[in-house]
Amino acid sequence: MDVEILSVSVDSIFVHKMWNDNELSKMVDGGVPFPMLSDGGGKVGTMYGVYNEEGGVENRGRFIIDPDGVIQGYEVLTPPVGRNIEETIRQVKAFQLVRESGGTEATPAEWTPGKPTLKPGPDLVGNVWKVWSPKK
Amino acid sequence: MGKTFKPGCKPPTPEVKPKEVEIEEKIIEEGGISMISVGQAAPDFTLNAYHKGEFKQFSLSEFKGKWVLLCFYPGDFTFV
Repeated sequence: MDVEILSVSVDSIFVHKMWNDNELSKMVDGGVPFPMLSDGGGKVGTMYGVYNEEGGVENRGRFIIDPDGVIQGYEVLTPPVGRNIEETIRQVKAFQLVRESGGTEATPAEWTPGKPTLKPGPDLVGNVWKVWSPKK
Repeated sequence: MGKTFKPGCKPPTPEVKPKEVEIEEKIIEEGGISMISVGQAAPDFTLNAYHKGEFKQFSLSEFKGKWVLLCFYPGDFTFV
């Protein structure tokens, strides 16, 4: 899957290094493969609406940005609940498919890679039931 | 990608582009409400980073032409 990951927190680059070297590299072979960005003061987090002023930290905001620099989707969670990467991957794959189709295809609810897509047009009106079912 | 630097006591301050300032001012004007919405351009930024043993500076604009997953999280060494 062709996607560049950037992580951002308010920690300094020195803390990022320590976290990677002393803990994360013990969980992930070779350490963190993507850039760990430092947003001290939460300036960038504020621009993205994810800076939690009360706690002085970033909320768990995740933005899918397309090759034109346009935000296609985002999700923001408060700190105690972690994310589900499977859903993020599903969304990225769906957005990539839609873009590659030049907008001729769309992905219905519950779509996962490999499942049929929808091809919106006059013929599909009233006929979605023929190509898509809510049952998995 | 990204510009490597050797940090001294104080890492280089990423330059704030006029565009960012504009957006920030707008946020402040509107009482802290985010201007982010889907289908709109992601605000550009430049930040210092740690990447595979090096200290580097990255701008979002460097990634034009690629899909980007931008992930904010509360803090290093926390539990979730």
